Amino acid sequence: MASPSDLREKIRKKRRALQESLAKSKDDVDTQALVTTEMEMSRDRGRTEVEQELSGSQEQQVTTLKQTLKAQRMRRRRKLLSDTTAEATRGEQPMGTELSEVGEPLDSVTKPRSTWHTQRDLPPLPVETPLRRRVAEKLKAARSKAETLLQQEALSEPTSCLQSLRDRETLTRFDVECPPQTDPGLLSREAGDLSTAARVKFQDVAHRVRQKAEMETGLPTAEMAYNFFTFNFDPEPQEEPVKHQKKRKSRRRDRAEEEEEEEEEEGDSHREEEEAGAEQEEEQEEGRDEDAPLVGDQGSELFIIDQTAQDFLEVKAVDYVGYHSRVQRESEVLFTPSLRTVPASSKVPENMQPRYMEDEGLYVGERPPMSRVNQNILENRILQQDEGKKWFGDDGRVQALPDPIKQSPTRPPLFSLEGDLDPALQTVYRKALKSKHAGRYIPGAGPGEGHRHCQLDVDVAGLIFSHHPLFSREHVLGARLAQLYDQHLARQSRNLTGLLTDKLNGLRNALRNIKDLHGEQGRSMAMRQRIVEYKEEVKNTRILRNTEQEKDRTLLKSIVKVWKEMKALREFQRFTNTAYKLHLRRELVELQKDEQGFEAEIQTELAELKGEFEDEYQRKMEQYSQQHEEWRTWRRKQKARKKKKKAKMRDDGEEEEEEEEEEEQEEEFLGDEPPKPELPEKQDWALAEQQVRERASRWRRRPGEPVLVPEISLSGSITPTEQCPRGEIARREDISKRSLLVKVLYNDKEVSRTDRRTLSSDFRVHFGQIFNLKIVNWPESVRLQVFEVVGSSSSLLAEVFVPLPDTTVLTGSAPFQELEFGSSQRVAFDHEGVGSDVPFSFEVDGSNKLTLLTSGKLSCCISWAVDNNDVPLAPPTSQQPWGVRSGLRQMDAIACIGASGLSDMKKLSKWAAESRLDPNDPSNAMLMQLLTVASSGSMQMPDYFRLEQLQEEFNFVTDEELQRSKRFRLLTLRSQEVAEFRNYKNIPAVEREVSEKVFQDYERRLQEGEVIDTRDHLDAHRALVAKYLQKVQESVVNRFLISKHHFILSDLVQEDEVPSIGVLGLNLFKLAEPKRPLKPQRKERKKVTAQNLSDGDIKVLVNIIRAYDIPIRKPLSSKPAMASKSARSFKEPFAAGQSSQSALQGGDWPLSQSQIRPFVEVSFQRTVCQTTTADGPNPCWNEELELPFSAPNGDYSTSSLQSMKDEVFINIFDEMVFDITEDERERGSSVHTRIERHWLGSVKIPFSTVYLQSRIDGTFKVQSPAVLLGYSKERSLASEGGYDAVRCLSEGSFITLFITIQPQLIPGESVRERMKEIKFDTQEEERLLQAAEVFQRDAALCFPGRPCITTVIDINGRAVFVTRYIRALSPPQELLDAFPNSPQETMDLVARYVSLIPSLPDSVSFAGICDIWSTCDQFLTLLAGDEEEHAVLLCNYFLFMKKKAWLIIGTAVPEGPTAYVLTYEQGHYLIWDPSKGQYYGQYDTFCPLQTVGCLINADNVWFNLQPYDAPMRMSFDVTRSKLWKPFFSRAFPNPGLSSVQPEEIAYNRPDKAAAAELQDRIEKVLKEKIMEWRPRHPTRWNRYCTSTLRHFLPKLELSGGRDVGEEHRLELHNLLGDYRISGFPLHMAFSELHPLMEMVYSTGVHNVEAPSIEFALAVYVHPYPSSVLSVWVYLASLVRTR
Amino acid sequence: MATSNPSVFLLMINGQIEGADFPEYDELYCKYCFVYGHDWAPTSGLEEGISQISSRGRDTRHGLVWNFPVEITFKSTNPFGWPQIVVSVYGPDTFGNDVVRGYGAVHVPVTPGKHVKTIPMFVPESTSRLQKFTSWLMGRRPEFTDPKVIAQGEGREVTRVHSQGSVSFSFNIVTKDMKKLGYDVGHPRDV
Repeated sequence: MASPSDLREKIRKKRRALQESLAKSKDDVDTQALVTTEMEMSRDRGRTEVEQELSGSQEQQVTTLKQTLKAQRMRRRRKLLSDTTAEATRGEQPMGTELSEVGEPLDSVTKPRSTWHTQRDLPPLPVETPLRRRVAEKLKAARSKAETLLQQEALSEPTSCLQSLRDRETLTRFDVECPPQTDPGLLSREAGDLSTAARVKFQDVAHRVRQKAEMETGLPTAEMAYNFFTFNFDPEPQEEPVKHQKKRKSRRRDRAEEEEEEEEEEGDSHREEEEAGAEQEEEQEEGRDEDAPLVGDQGSELFIIDQTAQDFLEVKAVDYVGYHSRVQRESEVLFTPSLRTVPASSKVPENMQPRYMEDEGLYVGERPPMSRVNQNILENRILQQDEGKKWFGDDGRVQALPDPIKQSPTRPPLFSLEGDLDPALQTVYRKALKSKHAGRYIPGAGPGEGHRHCQLDVDVAGLIFSHHPLFSREHVLGARLAQLYDQHLARQSRNLTGLLTDKLNGLRNALRNIKDLHGEQGRSMAMRQRIVEYKEEVKNTRILRNTEQEKDRTLLKSIVKVWKEMKALREFQRFTNTAYKLHLRRELVELQKDEQGFEAEIQTELAELKGEFEDEYQRKMEQYSQQHEEWRTWRRKQKARKKKKKAKMRDDGEEEEEEEEEEEQEEEFLGDEPPKPELPEKQDWALAEQQVRERASRWRRRPGEPVLVPEISLSGSITPTEQCPRGEIARREDISKRSLLVKVLYNDKEVSRTDRRTLSSDFRVHFGQIFNLKIVNWPESVRLQVFEVVGSSSSLLAEVFVPLPDTTVLTGSAPFQELEFGSSQRVAFDHEGVGSDVPFSFEVDGSNKLTLLTSGKLSCCISWAVDNNDVPLAPPTSQQPWGVRSGLRQMDAIACIGASGLSDMKKLSKWAAESRLDPNDPSNAMLMQLLTVASSGSMQMPDYFRLEQLQEEFNFVTDEELQRSKRFRLLTLRSQEVAEFRNYKNIPAVEREVSEKVFQDYERRLQEGEVIDTRDHLDAHRALVAKYLQKVQESVVNRFLISKHHFILSDLVQEDEVPSIGVLGLNLFKLAEPKRPLKPQRKERKKVTAQNLSDGDIKVLVNIIRAYDIPIRKPLSSKPAMASKSARSFKEPFAAGQSSQSALQGGDWPLSQSQIRPFVEVSFQRTVCQTTTADGPNPCWNEELELPFSAPNGDYSTSSLQSMKDEVFINIFDEMVFDITEDERERGSSVHTRIERHWLGSVKIPFSTVYLQSRIDGTFKVQSPAVLLGYSKERSLASEGGYDAVRCLSEGSFITLFITIQPQLIPGESVRERMKEIKFDTQEEERLLQAAEVFQRDAALCFPGRPCITTVIDINGRAVFVTRYIRALSPPQELLDAFPNSPQETMDLVARYVSLIPSLPDSVSFAGICDIWSTCDQFLTLLAGDEEEHAVLLCNYFLFMKKKAWLIIGTAVPEGPTAYVLTYEQGHYLIWDPSKGQYYGQYDTFCPLQTVGCLINADNVWFNLQPYDAPMRMSFDVTRSKLWKPFFSRAFPNPGLSSVQPEEIAYNRPDKAAAAELQDRIEKVLKEKIMEWRPRHPTRWNRYCTSTLRHFLPKLELSGGRDVGEEHRLELHNLLGDYRISGFPLHMAFSELHPLMEMVYSTGVHNVEAPSIEFALAVYVHPYPSSVLSVWVYLASLVRTR
Repeated sequence: MATSNPSVFLLMINGQIEGADFPEYDELYCKYCFVYGHDWAPTSGLEEGISQISSRGRDTRHGLVWNFPVEITFKSTNPFGWPQIVVSVYGPDTFGNDVVRGYGAVHVPVTPGKHVKTIPMFVPESTSRLQKFTSWLMGRRPEFTDPKVIAQGEGREVTRVHSQGSVSFSFNIVTKDMKKLGYDVGHPRDV
């Protein structure tokens, strides 16, 4: 057994050998590198391990690697220990020491760390990658070999699990911790464990290797191996790289061995390495050398290597380290710095006191703030380190610099970089430039205003080249010809020659006239002067005429000449390029006449000339004689020049001045000598005549010569290209390649460009494009650029500035301008094209060269656009700033007189003054105006003022179009909130979808203003009234609509009132209140704002509870005694209303039913619901019916809901079942019945009432007909209970109902409230109004539930004090006369009369806006009003009848706030319901009046101060001021308000004829309707019955609808004994036909479907004064009983 | 169903109330509703909605996030009365009473595409100091009778408001047949 030290030595030797060889072979690889490579090796191994893992080996290998590394480090440490000891003895071999030295710091680094916690922390060292890679490759190859080998072995020899497990158990890390101690033991143990299977196996492997080695080389010693290494590598330098690798491998092996010595687990990889190393080596010897000594020396170690070959494939239990042990272990490794303050003594060097610099007066900077705890931790941590104390200063604190953080932020200085900057990058300051055109907006056209724009239309028509480089010679001539022809045409159109000739003739005539008139003599000086002037004029004109003529002539000649040239050219070149053709039209003239004219002209001219000559001569002679005197003295000197003078003088045309000038010149020549005047010669007359003739022959058409009129046409044919020579073909091709385009530049910006147009062979390009420029900036310039495009490249040919048009130049009227352009580009071609700026010649010899430049004419037109309304879209002229020069109006004024460009007004005016412009000349008018403006110093503004100056621009479409369009009309009407369209939804998007029908109603309404439709109203008066009412309504609605848009804060913002102290106290008290969970609290229902609703959301709930006193059926056979009409008196008003007595008899009834089987049917908006059928006259249903509600037009706004006219009909029916079983035999087995229902009565409740009151709860009197055939009132004698006693006081049936809307809608109260806010204009005194307000406010404060009225609104919308409405008014005399003896009857009649005036709630007619009180005459005229009007009228009548009467303002069911009338009769107070005409005693329980708010009469208003407000429980004695608070008191006496009522009302006499007519019509209509409602059954009318019924009706009217039933029932019965009759008369005030029909419909008479049913219908209209009509409809159904 | 002559155009709004920035308040929720003219009718989707209560984020922005989707399609014949979305935000005050924290309205963008709108919010002011105090005490702050009033201009002059935070709203707008009916709303915005 070799001792570890031996081993170590051996290894060291080996390493040394390696290193030596390495040093020899590779000098540049220093030791450091060696260490590196060593490190590399291990890493490489790691890498290869990973590779292995990838190729399928277990992850255990990773742990192996870790352990390997661990072990390596351990080993190194140990080695260090041994090294240090060994080094003391052995001083040689510097390489080795070096290595150890290098290894030392490495170890020292790793040592303090815990080995297994930081095992991966290899220091990153520089690596030699290529080398490493190579090694890695080799290694890999070797490993794969080794693996295969191993696998083979593994296959042959199964692993022993047990063994490995056992081994593992022995291997704790503690073992590794202290290898030196355990090593020997381990080794020895392992040596002893040789017998175990694994080891045997391993031994086998090892043995095999060993044996192999032994077989070849025997057993080399370590010494030998060393020698071998050193020896072997030295002499073969070419093998260096290989060797190097080998060396490293051997080194690795070295290390592996070392590891093997200490850790058995690593055996696997090590062995692999071992084997890999062994097999990979080319020279087997080497491997053997290495292996041999190992095996030889330390056989036991091999076991270690071998031991764990298979172990890593095994599962190992989780290492568990006990907590305590772990803590202990960790405590060795971990360090937790304490938070405690470190004592100063431990911080300063021993035996020293801390020294405080500050105390010594030295400056110590402020230390950065740090928390004490952190500081302690830091100090503790530092102290733990070896040289921890050096961190502390003398004062025992951690050394620290002063706080580096500055309190104020600073900025590092910026170094000026200018010096270093490239001069090219230097920034240069440039003054800001104002853009030339920017911001120069046309007023009103700026983007801000944006509504008005100016539009400039640029029409680029086309262009014609007058020369183009591609012109052929013929083109050149053609262009010239065209040009000349154009000139010719222009001259012709101007006809200057003709004009001048005319003028000449005129002048001559004038001259002749003067001469004729005055003769040669006797003419005055002035006349002579005039003649001279005329002559002068004639002369000038003649000369002008002659030149013009000459020009004409030359032009014609040149045209002909060019044409000839052209013809010649065409002949010469044998093809034609242009279509020009010149025709010379000859106009023959009469030779004779022509000659005469010609001669005459010459003669006149000669004559004139003669005259002129003579004049001239005379003048000259005068001069001559004058001058001659002077001359004489110098005559000699003058002689030499005489000849010259003579030559001069020969020219007669010379003017005098010239002569003088000449003379002056001469004088200069000769000094002061006066020239010798030449004796003026007589003109050579013959010569002059010859000249004239010659000239005439030259310039004028010869007599007899035909007048030549040239005409150029383009009718000539152009030679087709194929027949042309090559040059020409090339030219034409070139043309076809070219195209042109024009760009339009506005204010130097390109705004648009034309399409490309190819150049045609005649060099005309037609664009014909119009560009509409919407402009915002002032126009500065408009440029057109002509571009020529060849292929894809374009070149600017020319640029044309287009003058800006005057604002009056508008599209449509603007003429086209021809703008010439030219280009100086030099273009030459090698074909027929003549080029530009290139000389060419027409001649064959090339003489007479010609150079032409490209030029042409652009035809365009710029004008201001005109919009659809013929409004020019030009900028406003007057507002144009002066700085802008443009061709606009002002400038034009100057331009037109040839002074364009002038801008200085002063200069202009100066110029105008100097040039003495004729102010009356119309062509100067504009300029003069301008000048006057300029001189006055301000621009002239238009002298009118436009109110909405941009309105036109705002207009979306024209008004006409707006009118025409149905859609716009619809939109307009809706926005005006016209009733029909107020909430019109989804107005169609397009015109065609708007149907004409939409407007029908509206238009009809508009037309109705004139035409009154009597069809609907049956009554002309009512139609008128309806119209009037509608107008009032409209005006009120309009007033409301205005006020609706007037909001107050509470409309928008919900805010709680500030609670008063009392409320607060109450609330506080409530908090203290004990909780009473069993006491249910009424919860407010949630209110819904109407806006969010839609159809189906709202339901009307009707709870039918019970009914009392329903009439019962009466047997047909019974013949009760005739009832006598009870005398009625107020004392016992309702004592015995019904005289009929009922006897229960079932025998007559078909199915032995009870006396009555009533049920209730509720209909609303044509939805019908009914309850179950109950029994008896006092049924109890207690059922809730739910009716859907839908608002008109789906408009759920408050105002719309309030104005709904729908009513809830509650009808009570009797259900009758008839047995109609035909066959008696079936009676036992089948039931065959028919159900009939008979109407008993109804209650109507307007929806608006339900809506406004949100619920209606109470017992209502059923409106039952006066007579119900087949029914009678039950007088239940049997039960005289207490309840009956009460009930008996009243007559009729009653029904208890509860109606509400689900969900609760917020009623339109707010609207009314708001109307109060609006101040109506009024004529009342301010003081009164204030008092009224105070009174009302006080009343509302004390008793919020009691209505109080002081001021009301009259029909004109003015506030009127309410007492003004009360005034005694006489009722119609007929009524007073009817019962002269019975004041009670009269009162009844009057009340009936009032109730017959139709009732129309204000909330309906005025959309719930306000309560309008009309005066009585208005009321009677309108024949419609609500409770107040009725009450006022009734009250006034009563007052007239000397009754004590008051108006009661209170609330009633079902109307809500209403007005009743109170009368005092013989100690009783009676309450009259004015709209029903009924009265109640004060103590009547069924009185609909529920609360009394105030009483009003003509003098005063009293507010109810009593604790109760039900009429039964209060006193009506208004004199008691404790109970009634008067408005006018002593403090504020009544100022004596006059009444608004008329003194007297005029009544019309009742119109019986009209009534009869109406009666017939109603009957007809109703019959038709009933038939219409019965579509499936025939409707038979019983005429006999009808006529009988008709007789009853007037009686009913007379009796006021009271109990006449029995009589005529009997009567009927007598007449129609065979029939079972059920029927009733209906009564109502007549307003319209529609409610009548509704009422008939609601009775359901038409629903009877018995086969043998017959009907009877009678109508009676009773007229009252002032067209008040009472309508009776008697309806009956008859069934034949046999 | 592509008719060549449509009689209505459609406007689809597809967005969400992303969140709000109310620096002082927490635990807010919001309601939204649409206000539109007579010629508009919703064809699908919810016209009104109420979001969850959202608490403030812990991050520095302290934003409230609702991410409350709004999806509705309108059909209309007339751009007049273009829909507006009205958002009202509520939350508890110091005493736990639910009070209004802001009202805001914005027109639905006209151009198709994605739009992010920040709606500034405001609440009506109390009429007096005393009112303010009592309303604070009772937890009954002034509110608009109908949140929809803030989508209209009429009658607003009688109110006084103070501003309060903002709500951010992202819209995705799709329109159909607008152009066919002759309404050019410009190019869709790039998302």
